[in-house]
Amino acid sequence: MSVGTLAPPTVAVPSALSDIDRSRAWRKFARNPAAIAGALILLIVIGAAVAAPYVAPHDPARQSLIRRFTPPLWVQGGNAGYPLGTDQVGRDILSRIIYGARISLVVGISAVVVSLVVGVTLGLLSGFLRGRVDAVIMTIVDVTLSFPQLLLALAFVAALGPSLGTIIVVLGLTGWERYTRVVRAEVLALREKDFVEAARAMGASPTRMVLRHLLPNTFSSIIVMSTLQVAQAILQEAALSFLGVGTGSAHPTWGQMIALGRDFVSVAWWLATFPGLAILLTVLAINLVGDRLRDALDPRVG
Amino acid sequence: MLTLVARRVIRLAVVLAGVSLVTFAILHVSGDPVSLMMPEAPEADRAALRQSMGFNKPLPVQFGRFVASIARGDFGQSFFHREPALPLVLERMPVTLLLTVLAMGLSLLVAVPIGILSAVRRNSVFDHGTTLVVFLGTSMPVFWTGIMLMLLFAVHLRLLPVSGWGSWAALVLPALTLASASTPLLLRIVRSSMLEVINLDYVRTARAKGVSEWLVICHHALVNAALPLVTVAGLQFGLLLGGAVVTETVFAVPGVGRLIVGAIRQLDFPIVQAGVFLLALIVVLVNFAVDMLYLYLNPQIRVR
Repeated sequence: MSVGTLAPPTVAVPSALSDIDRSRAWRKFARNPAAIAGALILLIVIGAAVAAPYVAPHDPARQSLIRRFTPPLWVQGGNAGYPLGTDQVGRDILSRIIYGARISLVVGISAVVVSLVVGVTLGLLSGFLRGRVDAVIMTIVDVTLSFPQLLLALAFVAALGPSLGTIIVVLGLTGWERYTRVVRAEVLALREKDFVEAARAMGASPTRMVLRHLLPNTFSSIIVMSTLQVAQAILQEAALSFLGVGTGSAHPTWGQMIALGRDFVSVAWWLATFPGLAILLTVLAINLVGDRLRDALDPRVG
Repeated sequence: MLTLVARRVIRLAVVLAGVSLVTFAILHVSGDPVSLMMPEAPEADRAALRQSMGFNKPLPVQFGRFVASIARGDFGQSFFHREPALPLVLERMPVTLLLTVLAMGLSLLVAVPIGILSAVRRNSVFDHGTTLVVFLGTSMPVFWTGIMLMLLFAVHLRLLPVSGWGSWAALVLPALTLASASTPLLLRIVRSSMLEVINLDYVRTARAKGVSEWLVICHHALVNAALPLVTVAGLQFGLLLGGAVVTETVFAVPGVGRLIVGAIRQLDFPIVQAGVFLLALIVVLVNFAVDMLYLYLNPQIRVR
């Protein structure tokens, strides 16, 4: 560029994912059978949760004392109407699992959105401003890491009164520190890059630098982290409701169902087993997809 | 080296102050601690309590008092047991620590050799099998794993007691359950840090010199892969204590976790605060010790 050119200088901003990158990433993702299986399981779980009233064979709250402790279909005494058996008051386990998927997914995804907003904001500030702001934010991260996350969530949910909203906010506010650490590290590395240097030299405002140049380049890490965080949040929610600080709603959650099953473990094994398998399958599916996404979006691998 | 240690100590103090603030916030986050403590009491009683506990003072003053009293070891009286909260928590601490240390040991015992083997035999059937187990392990809720182990070993095979405490047999299932939560993560770290060092120049040099493969792995590679493992093991300690809370509830183990969960159900906040604070304190101290160990082990820093 000659000195004195009047044309507005342009800087090539490497966007997080160009179209070519995207199709390449997709091909890499689609080649992996485990990831495809994960994605399929996830679709089934989401579909069942959305269409719960249509796919659940029974009302999840309907009790029937004659049918209590009906074992699963393939066990002697099983009933085809209740494929996974019934609980101690005769409610259909399969229907309860299908309805339970709603709470798990809603809490898992919403909590991660809260974590993401808080964590990414703090990470950007920390990495971009450095100095004292960075020191303060990293101290907050250290403090957060000192508490077992579950314990802290448990205490705050109890103090604020259990409700769906409280659980989402508390899980979100106890799980943000990973975003901060990763985004901060990436921003620290990115700000040394030429394109950021160039933007700075051209007088881009700090806000523009952060939002236009730094943030988009952390997107692929954020996407990968978020899938894995949703898996974690679902496990945490299940643990909270297992320990008895539930959502306060009338709908069953997987954690509550397992807690109930624990009390009848020597009478009816299916009470605790199936909701746990539902958690295992859902979380496993998310983890498989997330892991494969990481490989697919990472330009350094293969 | 000395300034590094001093910096770590200052950081320790700052983090502890933060930990106290969060613990303080547990009771105050709802805005009105009195209605948490006595939800059904008449207004006159509430006002009296507010007065006597100093809840009408400004929050910074209250926080100052809180820090002063926890420094004396005073977390207040348990509402339910009508005894000081701290001794009640301390009494149950050995059980929780025993469980956590057992699980940690078990995890390392499994994760280190298997992790090394799957790094050395990368992309073998063994390695893929390990990866699969790691995925399954990280996707299982701890409490469910516990119940499944209980079903198999206690209900079905009748080899071990269903729950309780007091015999070595009763320890087996809780320790296995807790270890099942931390082993997959450790395994993954061991494997990836081994993979990182296994192809470095000095390892290749050792091989080229004709050092036996076994010695290369154990001496040259493992020693260097151990450094990140130490840090991760420290961080895992917090995770394990969190897992202990759930595991103790599943198996009715009389530890701190079960005490806290019970206290939360009864809204017995002095116990909750004392328990949460002490567990965080342990995590902070363990990580401080790990930091110190790291400074000592890392020759790049030690020389300075």
